[in-house]
Amino acid sequence: MRRVVITGLGMVSPLACGVEETWSRLLAGESGAGPITRFDPARVTTKYACEVPQGDGSDGTFSPDDWMEPKERRKVDDFILFAMAAADQAVRDAGWTPEDEEGRLRTGVMIGSGIGGLSSIADTAILMNEKGPRRVSPFFIPGSLINLASGQVSIRHGFKGPNHSVVTACATGAHAIGDAARLIALDDADVMVAGGAESSICEIGIAGFNACKALSTKRGDDPKSASRPWDSERDGFVMGEGAGVVVLEEYEHAKARGAKIYAEVLGYGMSGDAYHITAPSEDGDGGYRAMQVALKRAGIQASDLDYINAHGTSTMADTIELGAVERLLGNAAGKVTMSSTKSSIGHLLGAAGAVEAIFCILAIRDQVAPPTINLDTPPEGAVIDLAPNAKREREINYVMSNSFGFGGTNASLVMGKVDA
Amino acid sequence: MSDIADRVKKIVVEHLSVDEDKVTESASFIDDLGADSLDTVELVMAFEEEFGIEIPDDAAETIQTFGDAVKFITEAA
Repeated sequence: MRRVVITGLGMVSPLACGVEETWSRLLAGESGAGPITRFDPARVTTKYACEVPQGDGSDGTFSPDDWMEPKERRKVDDFILFAMAAADQAVRDAGWTPEDEEGRLRTGVMIGSGIGGLSSIADTAILMNEKGPRRVSPFFIPGSLINLASGQVSIRHGFKGPNHSVVTACATGAHAIGDAARLIALDDADVMVAGGAESSICEIGIAGFNACKALSTKRGDDPKSASRPWDSERDGFVMGEGAGVVVLEEYEHAKARGAKIYAEVLGYGMSGDAYHITAPSEDGDGGYRAMQVALKRAGIQASDLDYINAHGTSTMADTIELGAVERLLGNAAGKVTMSSTKSSIGHLLGAAGAVEAIFCILAIRDQVAPPTINLDTPPEGAVIDLAPNAKREREINYVMSNSFGFGGTNASLVMGKVDA
Repeated sequence: MSDIADRVKKIVVEHLSVDEDKVTESASFIDDLGADSLDTVELVMAFEEEFGIEIPDDAAETIQTFGDAVKFITEAA
């Protein structure tokens, strides 16, 4: 199997537009949560979320005009806009602009989303109800379909290789990176632009997750404290939005063009719970098996891991994952740091796995594990270091990123330092 | 220029992000103003909305230029 490395990173997050801006704020323990501004939340229970900071592009704000012309932007849902922005950043960071047809043919795109154009679908349904089917825009369907993120990115950059898209709820971003890495390993492509994007902070999105009893509802007076993975006072996740995109590249291909190599994708594990539509099984068996397979594929032992970016959504499932991880690590649990960056950025659903994989890559680069903020009362008896409220400067050679989704779908990625 | 032509021009400029002076009588939406087939569908919908008229699909196909649009709407409105 061919080796796959990461050579480019791109991100739009609730902390900032841009990888480095987000990373520095994450390490500083900032929160991206605040009152909902994207729509009038008067009718929904949860009135706070982690929105992408909008602005003129300065100080880490996201300026839509920087990434898509107004004429084109009107035709797409925001998850596609976020994907375009993150993909542009990642491609630029990788310095990959294929000059010849062969290079374009060997470069593919795999960007997924959990829900896709939810607000466009809701808005269009209301419009049709009020004004009839003749008012439905010709751009409604191509602006809402999940795989149009991959489609739009391929059109802009001329990437003619595999064009694919993953939809596995909150595991989407991790599955996209893992599956795309396999396409390179199996020689279907030399370069893949992969990740996830999401923009579900709309009335129907909040109402839907409120109905599932999945969202935090009790912290309206202090939204920044609402996402608190593992903390005894946690009461649900905080919805985030944004996109994470990486450039994956075959190792020799990257070396030959002198690309900067961040890390190597070593292992990828998948499993299904076969248990419940929204809840993981009590023993965390599905997550455990995904992690086990990822380690096996990577050819390393659990005790080799230094940092784990947990799924850790700030729901009751946090302790189930914790139990599975400690079972996996056994006696090594005491030497590993695990944090949930959802404490700072909320839950980006289909983008979460990709954004969190990028945090893992940066943890390797900078030898620092980001904190779990708002973790004031950790679970009793936890052996693993959950980095409560403080980053950890430490040796990091091997990392794991966990992502679990509704439907009982689990993905774990193992990445490591490249000693080239 | 008539009021109708002004309003049509405004819609074309907004939807296609083109300079106003490019929107001439004979300017073709697709050949001169950068529209694709979906853009023209949306333009026709915008004309219907603005002028409160219905433009049947077979008639919409005959509206290729700014001049065509103004002429059709002037007759229909």
